[in-house]
Amino acid sequence: MADTTLTAPRSRNRGLNLRFWLPLFWVVLLILAAVFAPWVAPRDPLAQDLFLERLPPFFMKGTEPGYWLGTDSLGRDVLSRMIYGARIALIVSFTAATLTCIFGSVLGLVAGYFGGWWDTVISRLVDIWMSFPPVLFAVLLVAVMGTGLWSVIAAIVLIDWTRFARVIRAETLVQARMDYVDSARIGGARRISTLVSEILPNVLPSIIALLTLEMGIAVIVEAILSFVNLSISSDDPTWGSMIAEGRGAIYFAWWVLLFPLIALFLTVLSFSQLGEGMKQRFDPVLQ
Amino acid sequence: MFARTLLFRLSTALVTLFGVAVVVFVLVRVAPGNPIAMMLPPGATEEDIARLTALYGFDKSLPEQFVIWLGGVLQGDFGTSITLRQPVDQLVLSRLPATLELSVMALFIALALGGAVAVIGARRRGTGTELGLDLGSAAVLSIPDFLWGLLFVLLFGVLWPVLSISGRIDPRIEFEFATRFYVVEGILRGRFDVVGSTLAHMLMPAMALALPLAAMIAQVLKQNLKEVLRLDYTNLSRVHGFSETAVILRDALQNAALPTLTLVGVQFTFLIGGTVIVERLFAYEGLGNMAIDAVINRDLPLIQGIVLVFAVLFIAINLAVDLSYALLNPRLRNG
Repeated sequence: MADTTLTAPRSRNRGLNLRFWLPLFWVVLLILAAVFAPWVAPRDPLAQDLFLERLPPFFMKGTEPGYWLGTDSLGRDVLSRMIYGARIALIVSFTAATLTCIFGSVLGLVAGYFGGWWDTVISRLVDIWMSFPPVLFAVLLVAVMGTGLWSVIAAIVLIDWTRFARVIRAETLVQARMDYVDSARIGGARRISTLVSEILPNVLPSIIALLTLEMGIAVIVEAILSFVNLSISSDDPTWGSMIAEGRGAIYFAWWVLLFPLIALFLTVLSFSQLGEGMKQRFDPVLQ
Repeated sequence: MFARTLLFRLSTALVTLFGVAVVVFVLVRVAPGNPIAMMLPPGATEEDIARLTALYGFDKSLPEQFVIWLGGVLQGDFGTSITLRQPVDQLVLSRLPATLELSVMALFIALALGGAVAVIGARRRGTGTELGLDLGSAAVLSIPDFLWGLLFVLLFGVLWPVLSISGRIDPRIEFEFATRFYVVEGILRGRFDVVGSTLAHMLMPAMALALPLAAMIAQVLKQNLKEVLRLDYTNLSRVHGFSETAVILRDALQNAALPTLTLVGVQFTFLIGGTVIVERLFAYEGLGNMAIDAVINRDLPLIQGIVLVFAVLFIAINLAVDLSYALLNPRLRNG
């Protein structure tokens, strides 16, 4: 039933390559902004200037030259904070998503291929984990581990591994029943090497698609944690903390909320589109 | 046969629930920071500390604490909130209705919106309309409720202020509630100003929660509809002169709905999970908002109680979905 929805985009791959290249362009732009932040950002993202507080963005009246996207309630430059915010967003996104992917996929492969007790224990753990509201779980984990970059990353890994484990387990179950697996075993391959060299390449497209999707999700989780003031230290500019600030000052300076929100929208949308694109690109059956 | 399925599902649910209890307990107890120290006024004596530690059972070993806690929970005693100084079960029950009403409203919106888009997409299958709806729902699906909520706050709270962006009801309305189900009670007692105000406050958070689910329903239901519409029995209706829309609504929808409903059941738990941050965003006085406060204040008994209630809710919904699928699906009914 779920498969039918995934096959839908395949029929129209020509002429819509923009769906792959536009998101890629945005992600590359973000990476460049993050890497070269000190050179690209017009100002110090932490510099406060109470004479320049709540300046509107360039297309409105009462703006100050050089502050393209305005300033927040402490007079800090919104554009510069967004550029520096891309750093934490991307660090969290790539690190957390990769670790989640490895952890969850390994458990999914093991549960799906070895079955038996492995499967029972891992599946039961997934059930238990999915009985928690993820946001509450994340907030609780960070509160337990203390705020900071690694806590945020650890919280994401500890919550979202179930996404990988469930999907990869199901796909492994399907692959494990295929004839080619039997052939490999008859050919004398050991179970673990069959898993790595025969099954893994066939579930890899799903892993890559999920990984890309997870990068978008990780950005959101970081933003949510920043929003409830439980992420990285409050000094570092993050999109989430800008959004929290903007939500508080929404009637005086709505642009403080708007611009990081646009960045989040584009980033999440891009990662999910890239995930779809990757799936089609790397699927051995489709090629 | 069905009894055996029921028994099996019930026992797995209980195992899951026990696992949840263990995880919650361990997680909350390894949290650093001494909650007792936070409760005491400055100048508290050693005796005060010892008394409170004993009162909340923090002086016993962890397994002992777990058994005591679980025993209490099984009797409906979730302990006392450290910050609010009230029984946890009362606090949870006072907030749960708000979250349930919000979740159910979001579910209805998602079903109506997603269903409508699916029917239109199936009606116009193979055209540009279908492609447009597909692209639209794929985009909507990938944006999480948190971002939709923020967008609505900005659009309908500030730039075009037509809806309230915080609270559950207009504080100027005077009404003595007997229950915490504001909408249900308002309808039953004929106070439509109460209903109107509550719904207006719920609309944006409910929309934020509903949109991703609506997009998913639109995709899956449309796909199922298209499959059913290829079957012969729908041709019979066409031969009888029914319009394509009538065929979809009269014949196809009923048979296409079952797989969609299973999906909706499972996704409904994700929607309820989303209320935690969406309630926070809209300062909506529900369980999720209270949960975040509890975590920030390190209110251990309250956190445990709230997480457990969510877990029971999720497990119950999954159980209900599994069982109703077994009941509704003719192929599974007899074995």
